[in-house]
Amino acid sequence: MNEVIVDILNLKREFKMGEEIVMALNDVSFTISSGEFITIMGSSGSGKTTLLNILGCLDKPTSGEYILNETHVSQLSRNELAKLRNRKLGFVFQSYNLLPRTSAIENVELPLLYNNEISAKQRKEKALKALEAVGLSERIHYLPSQLSGGQQQRVAIARALINDPIIILADEATGNLDSRTSYSIMSLIQELNANGKTIVFITHEPDIASFSKRTITLRDGKIVKDAVNEHVRSAKDVLNSLQPINELSTPEA
Amino acid sequence: MKLINLLTIAWKAIKRNKMRTFLTMLGIIIGVGAVIAMIAIGQGSRQSIQSQITGMGSNMINIRAVSNVMGGVRLDNANIQALEEPDVIALQKKAEYISAVSPSVSARGQAINGPNNWSTSMQGVYPEYLSIRGWPLQSGVSFTSQDVKTAAKVCLLGQTVMNNLFPDGADPVGRIIRFKNIPFKVIGILSKKGENTFGQDQDDVILTPVTTVQKRLLATTYYQTIFASAIDEKSTDKAASEIEDILRASHKLQKGVDNDFTVRTQAELISTFTSTSKILTTLLAVIAGISLVVGGIGIMNIMYVSVTERTKEIGLRMSIGARGIDILMQFLIEAIMISIAGGLIGVGLGITATKLVTMFLHWPTFVTQSSVILSFLVCFFTGVFFGYYPALKASRLDPIEALRYE
Repeated sequence: MNEVIVDILNLKREFKMGEEIVMALNDVSFTISSGEFITIMGSSGSGKTTLLNILGCLDKPTSGEYILNETHVSQLSRNELAKLRNRKLGFVFQSYNLLPRTSAIENVELPLLYNNEISAKQRKEKALKALEAVGLSERIHYLPSQLSGGQQQRVAIARALINDPIIILADEATGNLDSRTSYSIMSLIQELNANGKTIVFITHEPDIASFSKRTITLRDGKIVKDAVNEHVRSAKDVLNSLQPINELSTPEA
Repeated sequence: MKLINLLTIAWKAIKRNKMRTFLTMLGIIIGVGAVIAMIAIGQGSRQSIQSQITGMGSNMINIRAVSNVMGGVRLDNANIQALEEPDVIALQKKAEYISAVSPSVSARGQAINGPNNWSTSMQGVYPEYLSIRGWPLQSGVSFTSQDVKTAAKVCLLGQTVMNNLFPDGADPVGRIIRFKNIPFKVIGILSKKGENTFGQDQDDVILTPVTTVQKRLLATTYYQTIFASAIDEKSTDKAASEIEDILRASHKLQKGVDNDFTVRTQAELISTFTSTSKILTTLLAVIAGISLVVGGIGIMNIMYVSVTERTKEIGLRMSIGARGIDILMQFLIEAIMISIAGGLIGVGLGITATKLVTMFLHWPTFVTQSSVILSFLVCFFTGVFFGYYPALKASRLDPIEALRYE
């Protein structure tokens, strides 16, 4: 369970802004073991998005090492990075990024369309399973416009799950949701983590971070704190303790 | 990446944007439709001109006697005694590329009907002459081979002759006219032929069996001209050289001796016609090109807008593992699908338009298979050509930038 899947060593990322060189990440090192649930905290400009982009193989570090599941990411070409994202990673975005006018199941199937080893039949089976895992098996043919924000984010999570990634990267995944829905999404993520998924969750809300097992805090491109949470809160309990105003409606809409 | 997946992705993208896809297609639809309809109309008029020319006798070949005597007194071509009945028989028997042969000999004289008279020429021919010239009768009947054998005193009147001899509009068929004081029975009236290319009135003629002119008017055994008809327009050249060979053999001309006859085809007329139709075809091709380029620019325009509009989608696809080439193929296939679908609808529209033109305007039209295939291929390449650049642009987007795009 505790195999190291991400090893980051002396990572630096510079951006050129005209004449000036901005150090978005400055000498960052940490490791992630499988089964962890990490939140990366930091105010805007702290470098957390840059870190997520590098973790997500969308960007390459200027210097330093990033080893993902025994692969040296820094040495890969654009196409190899794409393949790595396709097979090993799952993304959840703040704005869901579902394809409009495309049913939930088709949205979920999308990553597997870029994988030749999966047949159309397997694709469908996996998509159904992923939608079931996020509790949306009743709405597989709904279009994004017919789903609430929380449901859309669940579809996005199902899409991130479909390729059975070794790590799920979430970028402010609750940023567009009200607190009740946020808790319910966090509860889902905790559930996924309990089932063995490794999760890296970027947020600037300490409230959300309190649901994770470990929090890395960034400031000005440096890790200022990397601590294990002593008291992990259960999002489910928090959700249940909320004023039961919506008791009669479906749990989380 | 599997082709079927690419097609699925492109198809879904098209399905998501039905209206825009249709508008994009419209350029191609109209382009292809116009091309097909125009070529059909062009081909139709070309065929109708062709049949008119063939009707005038574009297959016609004429053989004239000429003098090959060097020095001494040169005779007028008409009086050269070179073409005779054995020549005609040889041509009838041996020639493969000739469908009909008719000798011709004519005499000028005064035609008289009661108080009316008219100076004209009487041309002696075989009954086949009418088919060689493509010259149907307006009324009555033609003379027969039997009449040729018996040198019958029957004749067919050209329109000009008829109008001058029968100014009151009476039906001349069955009446007797006199030519050089010999009575001829009018058995048929030739239809109007009009002027020939040199402005001669072709209707100012009386046709009669060739033997009648030879025996009763001129007392000669020779012909001035032999008319022949090639089996089709394409074989006129072959027929002409065949005639030359047969006649040289028939005249027992040694090698090195000049021909004592000339063989002429309607090559001039045909070449004029081909150059006209070439201009027409070029014109149509240019119009075709322009309309398809306009359609293609439409595709390019929309694909550009589409790439910009779907930047975020492209970012997402890249983040979940689409490679640059996958994105390129997606947009390229979309463009090709749009242009092919537009092409198909365009073909349908073009054929329908063609049918309507024939139905309501009664223009001759002819949809050629090649025009359909050609415009379809052009469509495909238009899609590839104009879809490529926007697709390339899409494939080169940076996933991070694209995801952040609003």
